[in-house]
Amino acid sequence: MNGARILAFGGYQPDKVVTNDDLAKFVDTNDEWIRSRVGIASRRIAADDETVTDMAEVAGAKALAASGLTPESIDLVIVATCTPEVPIPNVASSVAYRLGITAPGAYDLNAACAGFSYAIGAASDSVRAGSARHVLVIGAEKLSSWLDWTDRSTCIIFADGAGAAVVGPAPDGEPSGIGPVVWGSAGDMAERITITGRTGALRQDGQAVFRWATTALAPVALEACTRAGVTPADISAFVPHQANLRIIEAIARKLGIPRERVADDIVHSGNTSSASIPLALSWMAEQGRLQPGTPALLLGFGAGLCYAAQVITVP
Amino acid sequence: MTDQEILAGLAEIIDEIAGVPADEVTPDKNFVEDLDIDSLSMVEIAVAAQDKFGVEIPDEQLKDLKTVQDVINFVSKNS
Repeated sequence: MNGARILAFGGYQPDKVVTNDDLAKFVDTNDEWIRSRVGIASRRIAADDETVTDMAEVAGAKALAASGLTPESIDLVIVATCTPEVPIPNVASSVAYRLGITAPGAYDLNAACAGFSYAIGAASDSVRAGSARHVLVIGAEKLSSWLDWTDRSTCIIFADGAGAAVVGPAPDGEPSGIGPVVWGSAGDMAERITITGRTGALRQDGQAVFRWATTALAPVALEACTRAGVTPADISAFVPHQANLRIIEAIARKLGIPRERVADDIVHSGNTSSASIPLALSWMAEQGRLQPGTPALLLGFGAGLCYAAQVITVP
Repeated sequence: MTDQEILAGLAEIIDEIAGVPADEVTPDKNFVEDLDIDSLSMVEIAVAAQDKFGVEIPDEQLKDLKTVQDVINFVSKNS
């Protein structure tokens, strides 16, 4: 079977920067507490009239431009999101239309904060099985629409943004640049992160999720390495979902991956759910922190509870 | 396992997770007030303690363990 690989990344963040001091004006919290507990200094929040589709479009356009492909070359669009404005139409069809991609397969995928890793797995499998040649994968979220701005345990964490990647075939005879996805779910803990009701807000049992994330996920990441034929020592960049810097550091410590190789985009982006991994990847690529041709480890995890990891070759 | 062994193991864990030198970890110390360890680090310490001592410390119990001696007693009683 032919391989698949990632060709390019793209990211988009809203203009509005919200600092911890800004939050402290209307909710009982402070900069020191937020930095020490979750590692966030500031986050981006979308404008009232800015939609998930708008953000997905910009990130998708950037990834497409960076790949050098024409819109016509894309035949599948997958948008990982858990915060679309409406259940139908899906985000993927509208984004594809706006980008001039003609009649592609288009679907939204909800695995919450694990969505991007799920979508990369699905895209890779589609390319390798021959059901698509080039796939535009986007993670896009507007969490700010689903927050209780009086709940200091959640409104300080979540934010808005979008990130994208273009997946295509690996050159003939070359190994796949996307390793097998190791994915799973823990439905017994489904009630730990929820949004209930049409006007509901995100609720999270932070301590239980923290315990789960710092114990259950390092083995998943290790399995993804093993299945890709590498060890954590080979990983040039570890890009976990930007949930909480403390979780990121705990998992990296268990894997033995040194701090300078670990994505910490959360500091200035907050937790953008399915957008956090591609956003971090696109900023790291822009800053020259990714080394083309080397293995990077992605690890998504969140509500569901869903999780997924894979090793990719940096484009 | 003697209390002294539990204390030594616990000090090792706290050093690794919170960076508190082992000799500062004495039974009378309060985690929050004396060792500056917050609730998230306590979860990590509980998980590491489970690996080391084979004793599970659920979240509901964890909030009642305020001092190093409290953890020693809990581990000792449940191991």
